[in-house]
Amino acid sequence: MSFLELKNITKRYGPLTAVGDVSLSVEKGEFVSLLGPSGCGKTTTLQMIAGFVEPSAGTIRLDGRDITRAKANSRGLGIVFQSYALFPHMTVFDNVSFGLEMQRVPKGERKPRVEEALSLVHLSPYAKRYPRELSGGQRQRVALARALVIRPPVLLLDEPLSNLDAKLREAMQFELREIQRKVGTTTVMVTHDQAEAFSISDRVVVMEAGRITQIDQPYRIYEHPETEFISRFVGKTNLLPGKVVTATGAGATVSLAGIAVPVEAAGLSVGETVTLCIRPEKLHLTVPADGLLTGRVADRFFLGSQWLYHIDGPLGTLMVVTANDGSTPAEPGATVGLEWSPSVVRVHRGAMAEAPDVALEVTG
Amino acid sequence: MSATVPDTAPASPDEETHERRFPTAPLFLSAPAALLFAALVLIPLFLTALLSFNQFDYATGRTSGFTLEHYLSVLTDEYYLEIFLRTFRISALATAICVVIGVPEAYILSRMSNPWRSIFLLVILAPLLVSVVVRAFGWSMLLGPEGPVNAALMAFGIGRMRLLYTEGTVIVALVHVMLPFMVIPVWTSLQKLDPAVEQAALSFGASRGTAIVRVVAPQILPGILSGSLIVFGLSASAFAIPGLLGGRRLKMVATVVYDQYLSDLNWPMGAAVAALLLIANLIVMLTYHRLVEGHYRRRLG
Ligand SMILES: Nc1ncnc2c1ncn2[C@@H]1O[C@H](COP(=O)(O)OP(=O)(O)O)[C@@H](O)[C@H]1O
Ligand SMILES: [Mg+2]
Repeated sequence: MSFLELKNITKRYGPLTAVGDVSLSVEKGEFVSLLGPSGCGKTTTLQMIAGFVEPSAGTIRLDGRDITRAKANSRGLGIVFQSYALFPHMTVFDNVSFGLEMQRVPKGERKPRVEEALSLVHLSPYAKRYPRELSGGQRQRVALARALVIRPPVLLLDEPLSNLDAKLREAMQFELREIQRKVGTTTVMVTHDQAEAFSISDRVVVMEAGRITQIDQPYRIYEHPETEFISRFVGKTNLLPGKVVTATGAGATVSLAGIAVPVEAAGLSVGETVTLCIRPEKLHLTVPADGLLTGRVADRFFLGSQWLYHIDGPLGTLMVVTANDGSTPAEPGATVGLEWSPSVVRVHRGAMAEAPDVALEVTG
Repeated sequence: MSATVPDTAPASPDEETHERRFPTAPLFLSAPAALLFAALVLIPLFLTALLSFNQFDYATGRTSGFTLEHYLSVLTDEYYLEIFLRTFRISALATAICVVIGVPEAYILSRMSNPWRSIFLLVILAPLLVSVVVRAFGWSMLLGPEGPVNAALMAFGIGRMRLLYTEGTVIVALVHVMLPFMVIPVWTSLQKLDPAVEQAALSFGASRGTAIVRVVAPQILPGILSGSLIVFGLSASAFAIPGLLGGRRLKMVATVVYDQYLSDLNWPMGAAVAALLLIANLIVMLTYHRLVEGHYRRRLG
């Protein structure tokens, strides 16, 4: 049986369903991220686990115990708030010590535990400072130490890195994961940043308009997004509308504006409208004669480790990403060929939605 | 006279060019406010201070010369001393009661959701729209020998009580008038509070009461402090409430000043009492401010 279990959790605010029918099982020691655009109900879900928001329906179980209606201050979970919510009138030491004090841990035992937590987040020299005398990254780590010191069964993180600048955010991602591995605490993190979710989670839960649309390992979500919305939300993608012209068991041929493209997908029927998704880095530039189709380089952008091309062709404008391996990049205006392997093409049944936010409504 | 170059380096090149081009700009810009302040506050204060050193002749009512006799007689007369003590006692009690009532009131207000919050905020502020004099009359009718309170006491067989012209009544009326001045600053500092901070306390196992005492209260202390200073200052110099509800016997400093000016026509004496009230008020408030704020400056910034 799983350690933390959400079963058909729903939260309604009047007519608005902020979270609808969410079911999720988290194993002991696992790091799970809730990923989704702003307003999709991630915080609300986390707050229901924390006990600050009461679910309209459904049950939450922790280690076999039903905690759905338990008070927040009886759950003993460790929470890192988006704003960190440090106690501004207490020193770093007192902030971290607060949870132990509330658990009536004897004074003599508190000090070594606080010191241990502070050294875990590399803040030992700052114990006597007040929160406003710390940088954003340091405050974030105080919040983490404060949540971990009580040795909670589950650690809840609400966009823990979103207030940090890009460089620090990346460094903290790895540090966060390292700390979590070291202490082995079951962790649920909320984020709208896919890179953050992918780099540190065991599993990612994609949420869309209050519902879960996919739960999977990070690379599976990227490579096999179950909905068109996910393929758009998670990384860049080329979406191509087409029609199935032949279907044979495990494969099919799809006609894209008259060009026949082989795909690997079972269960399609001839005449069906489909949308193909191809990640930009799965497309390769070739000499015109070798390509499955040809196009003209409309624009190119230098991203440091990569080049991003916009290629105008018979299918409209396609994005192509190539590694900057030191070879000469294609010039704007040049005619190039495009090729890809049939196995990298994802097929979604049905017509293409107009824009990501429309997709959000349709699938939600 | 030649202009001297300031020898301290300006903070930034930007400021430097500003200072070079418009050296007198800050003076000009603050002049209107400074003049208004001088005309409305400093000059009357200065004239009052001057007046308090004048000699007074009871026969002719004329004032002239220089003397410290008014200050000496106020400071040595038991009668005045008692009035000063009573004034500060009443003000301190009214302030304490305002803290006890106003802080929870502001907290509850800040926890309300919107239609109710606006309505109750209005209810709290509405009394400010009615003149203090009218409200004082209201209290005197309510608590008078023939008022509804005494009628109720009679009906319950307790018997008529003398409610008017007691310290208790003055304090109750002062609390009524001053409460908004406590609620508003506390409410403002509660608004600035991150609600997640209280949630954080709860998540670490604190009870609601502990969260309020250990986490919320220390953070709204600056609001409580400024509310207390306003309430104390206004109470100590209150005139209408003690004048109407304290009667002839239960005087406070402001009513004594009034009497000196208008009944005894001893203006220098009135001025001396007023000056002493100002000084005493300043000492009490600055001490309080020092004690409380000094304690919390480093933490809350
Ligand atoms: N207390 C509340 N009252 C009414 N609506 C709310 C409340 N809290 C959240 N919502 C709504 O629920 C939806 C989900 O919010 P939230 O969980 O904060 O999203 P996320 O954290 O994914 O950005 C939003 O549309 C938001 O407006
Ligand atoms: Mg959120």
